[in-house]
Amino acid sequence: MTQMHIAVQTDDFDVAKEYAHLRENNSQDGAIVFFSGLVREMNQGHGVTGLFLEHYPSMTEKSLQNIAQQASERWPLTHIRIIHRIGQLQVSDQIVFVATSSAHRESAFASCHFIMDYLKNQAPFWKKETREEGDEWVAALEKDETALEKWQEKGEK
Amino acid sequence: MIKVLFFAQLKELLQCSQIELSINAPCDVDSLKQQIVNEHPNWQAHLNQNKVLAAVNQTMVDATHLINDGDEVAFFPPVTGG
Repeated sequence: MTQMHIAVQTDDFDVAKEYAHLRENNSQDGAIVFFSGLVREMNQGHGVTGLFLEHYPSMTEKSLQNIAQQASERWPLTHIRIIHRIGQLQVSDQIVFVATSSAHRESAFASCHFIMDYLKNQAPFWKKETREEGDEWVAALEKDETALEKWQEKGEK
Repeated sequence: MIKVLFFAQLKELLQCSQIELSINAPCDVDSLKQQIVNEHPNWQAHLNQNKVLAAVNQTMVDATHLINDGDEVAFFPPVTGG
């Protein structure tokens, strides 16, 4: 049974605290992998001063839950923690945190990557960048869409 | 009656976040789009962009998915979170 923690929030998160949660009462895992996504100052050739994250409230958690469920069926994971922020963010702010823990590193690495790839394609969040020349919605990238192909080809375990 | 929601850039282009309408259930996603365009002709170009995604009852679906009375439908651009 994988323990899942999913949060969609305006508040920032503390990676050290999240890591501590993953280690708490945990003697069976040999590996924790986490990813954190940040707001960077340049995107698709434009200077960015901030980011507004819109979402579809009743669908967001359901979608993340579904992605976490798929990961837990595919790899032997003890924990999955996903945090995604919404609202107004500034350059270098944290946007997203995804962590998985498992007995072995292969499962932890692969599942963390899998969750991020699916989150990028299926979770209903939209970024609007604050740019010097005016606010603009971020265009979806084809590379994010094709990223899913690698998970559909292999039956990874 | 069904509720139809719009998000992000699509919401801004339509200048509308939500409508309610009666459908002849069950109808598929493409037919619903057509019905909305009939009622709002100036939405056609935005709603019929082939990249517009659809969700029914908070789950992403394809154009042939059947919609029933009371469902919550949403249309939105490709997602860009993470």
